Amino acid sequence: MLTDLQAQLRQAHAMSMPVRIVGAGSKQGWHAPQQGEALHVGSHAGIIDYAPAERVISARAGTRLAEIQAVLASQGQMLAAEPPDFGGHATLGGALATGWSGPRRPWAGAMRDQLLGVEILNGQGELLRFGGRVMKNVAGFDLSRLMVGANGTLGLITEAHLKVLPLPEVETVRVFELPQTDAIALANRLCAAPWPLSGAAWQGGLLRIRLSGNAAAVATAQQQLGGEPDVERHWFTRLQAMQLDSFAPPGAEQGLWRLSLPQTCPPLLADYPQLIDWAGGRRWLSAPLAAAQAISTSARSAGGHALLQRSQAGWPAAPRNPTLLALEARIRRALDPRQILNRRQGD
Amino acid sequence: MSEAFLSALRHTLPAEALVLDAERLRAFECDALSAYRALPLAVALPGSEEDVIAVLQLAHAHRIPVVARGAGTGLSGGATPTAGCLLLGMSRMRRLLYLDPLARYALVQPGVRNQAISEAAGPYGLYYAPDPSSQIACTIGGNVAENAGGIHCLKYGLTVHNLLGLRAVTMEGELLELGGTLDCNGYDLLALLTGSEGLLAVVTEVTVRLLPRPQLARVILASFAEVSHAADAVAQLVGSGATPAALEMMDGATVRAVEDFLHAGYPTDAAALLLCEADGTPEEVEADIVQMSRVLRAAGASELRVSGSEAERQQLWAGRKAAFPAAAKLAPDYYCMDGSIPRAAVGRVLAGIASLSAQYGLACINVFHAGDGNLHPLILFDANQAGELARAEQFGTDIAALCVSEGGAITGEHGVGIEKLDGMCAQFNAAELGQFGAIKAAFDPQGLLNPGKLIPTLHRCAEYGRMHVHRGQLPHPELPRF
Repeated sequence: MLTDLQAQLRQAHAMSMPVRIVGAGSKQGWHAPQQGEALHVGSHAGIIDYAPAERVISARAGTRLAEIQAVLASQGQMLAAEPPDFGGHATLGGALATGWSGPRRPWAGAMRDQLLGVEILNGQGELLRFGGRVMKNVAGFDLSRLMVGANGTLGLITEAHLKVLPLPEVETVRVFELPQTDAIALANRLCAAPWPLSGAAWQGGLLRIRLSGNAAAVATAQQQLGGEPDVERHWFTRLQAMQLDSFAPPGAEQGLWRLSLPQTCPPLLADYPQLIDWAGGRRWLSAPLAAAQAISTSARSAGGHALLQRSQAGWPAAPRNPTLLALEARIRRALDPRQILNRRQGD
Repeated sequence: MSEAFLSALRHTLPAEALVLDAERLRAFECDALSAYRALPLAVALPGSEEDVIAVLQLAHAHRIPVVARGAGTGLSGGATPTAGCLLLGMSRMRRLLYLDPLARYALVQPGVRNQAISEAAGPYGLYYAPDPSSQIACTIGGNVAENAGGIHCLKYGLTVHNLLGLRAVTMEGELLELGGTLDCNGYDLLALLTGSEGLLAVVTEVTVRLLPRPQLARVILASFAEVSHAADAVAQLVGSGATPAALEMMDGATVRAVEDFLHAGYPTDAAALLLCEADGTPEEVEADIVQMSRVLRAAGASELRVSGSEAERQQLWAGRKAAFPAAAKLAPDYYCMDGSIPRAAVGRVLAGIASLSAQYGLACINVFHAGDGNLHPLILFDANQAGELARAEQFGTDIAALCVSEGGAITGEHGVGIEKLDGMCAQFNAAELGQFGAIKAAFDPQGLLNPGKLIPTLHRCAEYGRMHVHRGQLPHPELPRF
């Protein structure tokens, strides 16, 4: 299987033919379509090694996240970045390539923080290994973490080694009825104190604070923080899985934006419905496509950025700093000289 | 050519920001890997990002190599000057520009000392987590360049996990503004620059993430009659539900050296000691201490001591922090290694090191970040005895190879620099090294920024070098090393 993938990439490179990497296709509708023949990685699957005592799991790119999470859970462990599994279909390779992290990200780290090492095929079909299975490794440039969020444009991830963490003994949610401004302020005040937090999200006038840890610590925190129990069961699970109504496909002329902002940024574009996660660091915003320019400008002036994540009108690239764009193009050519991997349609 | 460059440099920076005379240049001829020395052509001490841009543009135009340097505490020669280079000393850029206690970040210039950040954040109940042993002196710019670790990275991560943003300048003088939020737009260049050892860009500003100081920390000192039992305990602790804030190991030889040096009250009959720390809320710490104690006893610990106060915790740590200076009393010279291995392999690798020690006829003591699998074997020798240096080097080579064969790495936290260039050939194949070269060229096509570091040329692969300490004369002897 690996040799097939390698042969296909070598040939594509030789012929300068673009290829698009396909795992399970679970994120269709969430990213711009890409050019070229499909390179199917989904069957290059399977957990290669899992040592619970080592807190490290190694798996091939096509392995379903759901399978990994289930195997980890059976040993009382988890992928702490909580990557969304898109209805159980998403693969490890796709989760790494997109680099999306879930509600626990501000406390447990992002997807890239859990990656210890990768095996990749670069744009010439060379099989390369960076990082490894150890916790600390500063040998060479950190090309493994560079792969996370690169959307497959720097290499085809074939295998990955990830750090895992113990599942918390207890997890509970407290709900506070608060307007957006107060919710952002309270969430950040809680973040600045040593509470056992693992989630802080606001929607529809309700701030939900998730507490994780041992039973005694969570009980004490719950008592001191106050708030109400959550009547909606598994709300954070649905947030992680991106199955809340906010993530539904938008209608014509509407878009769903992902805003990355400083966590303490006051309410931005508050007239549009939004779901605030990461104590303010990530905000999902539903708005008419006509507001695209205003949304982008607001996010940038607040020190962040906005990406149109779902719409029927395509995925216009967000404006970027030209120096960084040029540098990224050179980095891309360093790994994929003929730029055959996951080239966006129209590029 | 260098005359024209120096003349232009004098017009770019004020006289007090330049070091040109041979006597004062001596102070910059090496970092803490003092076996390697070279005089730079000149030292520039920029006071601002504008200065850095101007100096780099000038050096680029004149094709003068540039080496950036923080406090010069690095152990792998990352800041060793290349002959004829311009050394860029970042020590004057040492202002903490902004600290936001609610948003929990600090914006600092690269010359700010690691510990100064936590000191500034302390009044708000916050701190900066990565704590390399040289933290009283080392700078955040150097920490970013080396992706510095420390005792507490088992729970709180390395430098890369504790950064929010960077500003950095490429060799051509282009300013890169990276990160800023928890999500990345475009490639994760912040992660790529972290640990790039000054080969890709010069860091001019760092946004570090601050964490709330845990309410409580307690440490357990566990003694073992067998090294293998202590190694098993490490694997079992990591596999248990509790994450130690720190998990350090010292072998019996180190314990006795520390006792002679400091009288820390460690049990000198132990074959190995573990220091296992729990932090968090009082409830978390209490539960963790109970669980960790149970695991340690089950693994065969003969004695457990748990700190009952902050003073006692500091006292239990004092011996660990004195291990390197204590080692320096044992022999005229030592080599410090920096191998990284899976934690399940700790026992096997320690046994392997012990048999190598017998084979080479050289003592080797072990004191290290066991919870991370990051070994720092210290090979003791006497450079004045004919052949000992070569034997010690070969011994070190075998340890590095042992780490790689266990699926580990040649360096866990000290960096490659010039010291471990040869080990890179054991770790990576030619295609992988070629990929590093291509990334380097994407940032610095002329290869002017910190040349000769990190990426070996293939013909170099036969030679090996290590941190060499002669007669206990560590560079920066005032700094703890652990």
